[in-house]
Amino acid sequence: MTLSDVQNGLAQQGYVADDRLAMALHLAQTLGRPLLLEGPAGVGKTEVAKAMAAWHEARLIRLQCYEGLDASHAIYEWNYQRQLLAIRAAEARGGTSEAQLFTDDYLLKRPLLEAISADVPPVLLIDEIDRADEEFEAYLLEILSDFQITIPEMGTISAKARPIVILTANGTRDLSDALRRRCLYSFLNYPSRETEMAILRTRMPEVEGLLARQIIEVVQNLRKEDLEKTPGIAEMLDWAAALSGLGVNDLSQSPEAVQATLVCLLKTAADYDAVPPEVMDRLIGKVA
Amino acid sequence: MQVTRFPARAQGLADRMAGFVAHLRGNGLRVGPQETGDALAALASIEATDVRQARDALCALMSGDADDWRRFDELFDAYWFNAGKQRTGMAQNTHVRVQSAKPMIWQTEVQGDTPDSFSDPQDTSTPDSGDVHAEGMEGKLIATRTDNLSRRDLRELMDEQSLRRAEAAALALARAIRDRRSRRRKQARRGPTLDIRRIQRASLARGGEPLDLFRRARPPRPMRIVALCDVSGSMTVYSRVFLAFLKGLVASGTDADAYLFHTRLMRVTDALRDHDTLRAAGRLSLMAEGFGGGTDISGSLERFLEGYGARALNGRTIVLILSDGYCSTDSHALGAALARIRRKARRIVWLNPLKGWENYQPVAAAIQAALPHLDAHLPANTLDALAALEPEFQRL
Repeated sequence: MTLSDVQNGLAQQGYVADDRLAMALHLAQTLGRPLLLEGPAGVGKTEVAKAMAAWHEARLIRLQCYEGLDASHAIYEWNYQRQLLAIRAAEARGGTSEAQLFTDDYLLKRPLLEAISADVPPVLLIDEIDRADEEFEAYLLEILSDFQITIPEMGTISAKARPIVILTANGTRDLSDALRRRCLYSFLNYPSRETEMAILRTRMPEVEGLLARQIIEVVQNLRKEDLEKTPGIAEMLDWAAALSGLGVNDLSQSPEAVQATLVCLLKTAADYDAVPPEVMDRLIGKVA
Repeated sequence: MQVTRFPARAQGLADRMAGFVAHLRGNGLRVGPQETGDALAALASIEATDVRQARDALCALMSGDADDWRRFDELFDAYWFNAGKQRTGMAQNTHVRVQSAKPMIWQTEVQGDTPDSFSDPQDTSTPDSGDVHAEGMEGKLIATRTDNLSRRDLRELMDEQSLRRAEAAALALARAIRDRRSRRRKQARRGPTLDIRRIQRASLARGGEPLDLFRRARPPRPMRIVALCDVSGSMTVYSRVFLAFLKGLVASGTDADAYLFHTRLMRVTDALRDHDTLRAAGRLSLMAEGFGGGTDISGSLERFLEGYGARALNGRTIVLILSDGYCSTDSHALGAALARIRRKARRIVWLNPLKGWENYQPVAAAIQAALPHLDAHLPANTLDALAALEPEFQRL
C-alpha cells in the first residue's frame, strides 16, 4: 500500500485528506500504531474513522468517552446474572467448578475487547479521549501498545488481527505523555480555501459554481471573525444543503434566505449578535 | 549562533536519524531511541527520497502535541537542510528571550541594573493626562512608608520579585475560595459514604447480592471570580502590580474572569491565560491603546453587564473591582450599575489602593455612590494588604 492509495481510497468515500493526514493514516496502517487526532470541533476528526472503515469495508467500533467511563463499560464485564444462575442450576444438579464460571460464555465484551478479539481487523474509534478520566487512559496503554487485554481470571487475550485505532481529542484536558508517546500524531486544522472547495464538490456536486464559491468565501471569512463557536466543515455542509434546498443560486440576490439559514452556521446567541445582516452583506459582497 | 551540522563521523541514515532525534530532543520534543527505530521503519514504508513524504511521515511520528506539530517544519529544515537555525531549547530560559518584546506594562525593570532603576522616570513621574484630580491628592496623602519592602506602597514596587508576590497573593486568594463543597451529597465514583439506595436497587439484578458498591460525595461548588481592573491615568502606577495580580487569579485554576477598563472595557482572561508570554503581551498591547487615559467606571460596568454579564455572573460569583474610584462620569449611573451587578452576583468587593493611605476618606462622588452596594471596600495599596485579603475572602 502506498500513500496515494490512502488518498484515493479516502477520496472514494468522499473524504478529502491533506498530505499530512494521509501520511499519518498510511503510517498508522503500515506500522500498526494508533493515531491521535487533535483539532478544533467540526474539522472531520471522527469522519476520518468512518471513511477508513468504509474504505476497508471493515467494522467500525466506536467508543465514545465520557467522564466516569470505566473498564466495565469500555473493556469487559462478567455477566454476573448468568454466573449466579449457573451456580444455582449447578447446585441443584450437585456441584460445579469455578473454572466453568470464568469462560467466554460469561464474558460481556465491551468495545475495546470486541475490537481486539475480532477476526477481521476492524477500525476502532476512541472518540474524545480527553473527556474520559485519567485512570481510563492508563487502561488504554496496554491495549494501544501491545494490542492485548489482560483479564485476571482468564489470562491475556492478544489481538488476532491488529485493528486500526484512531483516537480523537479536542483539548478539554491535557493527555498524558505516556499515551501520546504510543500514538502517531496529527493535527487537523480548518481546511484551506481549496481543500474546503474540494470537500464541498465531493460531498455536494449539485451545488453550483458561483454559490459554492460564495459559500466557501463566507465561511472562510466567518472563521476569522471573533466567534464563540467557529463554524466547522459539518456546519458549512449543512448550510450548503440548506441553501441549495431553498433553491438559492446567488447569495447576494437572496439575503432573506441567507438570514434564515444562518442557524446552520451560528450556534450561540452571542455569535448571532456578532454577525448582523450588514456584516453578512459585507462578507458576501467580497465574492461578487 | 549554533548551527546544526552533521557530525563528521556520521555514517549513513541510522546515524543521522539518531542525530535528528537528538536535535528534536534538544528542542523540547519528547522522543527517544524507540522513535529512532520507528522513524527508520517508517521511511522504509514510504518513498524516502521524496522530501515532503519524509517530512510528513516524521512529523506524524515524532510530534506529540499541537505545538510540536506546528514547529516541526522549522526543526526539520534546520537539521536536514542546515538552515542554520538557532537551537531554542525548552531548557534554556525562555523568560529572557521574551521579555524584550513585551509592551511597557509587562516590562519589569531588573533591579540594580542602573543606579536609578527604582525611580524609573517613565513610571512614577508620568504626568497623569486623564485624572488631574488624583494628581492633586498625591502630595497630601502618603502611604505607610517603612523600610520593610512589603509595606511599601505599590507605586514603588515594580521589580520582578514583587510582581511575583502579587501573583502569589492572587493564587492564595483564589485558593481560599476554591475549595467549597456543596452541602448535599450526590452519587460519585469515589466518596466517603455508600449510596445504600442504589446498592440495593442494583443488588436485585445480582440475585440480592450487593456486588456493586455505589458511593456518594459532596460535589465541589467552587466560587467564581470576576475581576475588573481600572487601568486609567490615575491608576497607572498600580496597574502593573494589579495586572500581575489578575494573572495570578486567572492562572490559579479557579474559574476566574479578568477585564480591564478605562473608558472602554476589554476581556483579558484569554490573553492572561496564554502560556505564550509573547503572544499574551501582544494581545495586551492592543489594550494599551488608550491605556492611562480617563476613567469611565459606570460606562464600563454597564458595558460589562450588557455584554459579558449574563454569562460571567451567577449566584456563586465574587466581583472584584480594582479601582481608585475617580470617575469622570455620572456617579448615579455607577450606583445603578453596581445595584444591577449586585442582583446577579453573590458579592461585590472593591479593592481601593487609596484606602490604605493615611487620612483617606471616601469622599469622591463615585465612591460615595458605590459604597451602599459593596460588600467590602478593602485597601490594596501594599503587597501585605493584598496578601491580607485572603482571610477576608474566606469569610465571603
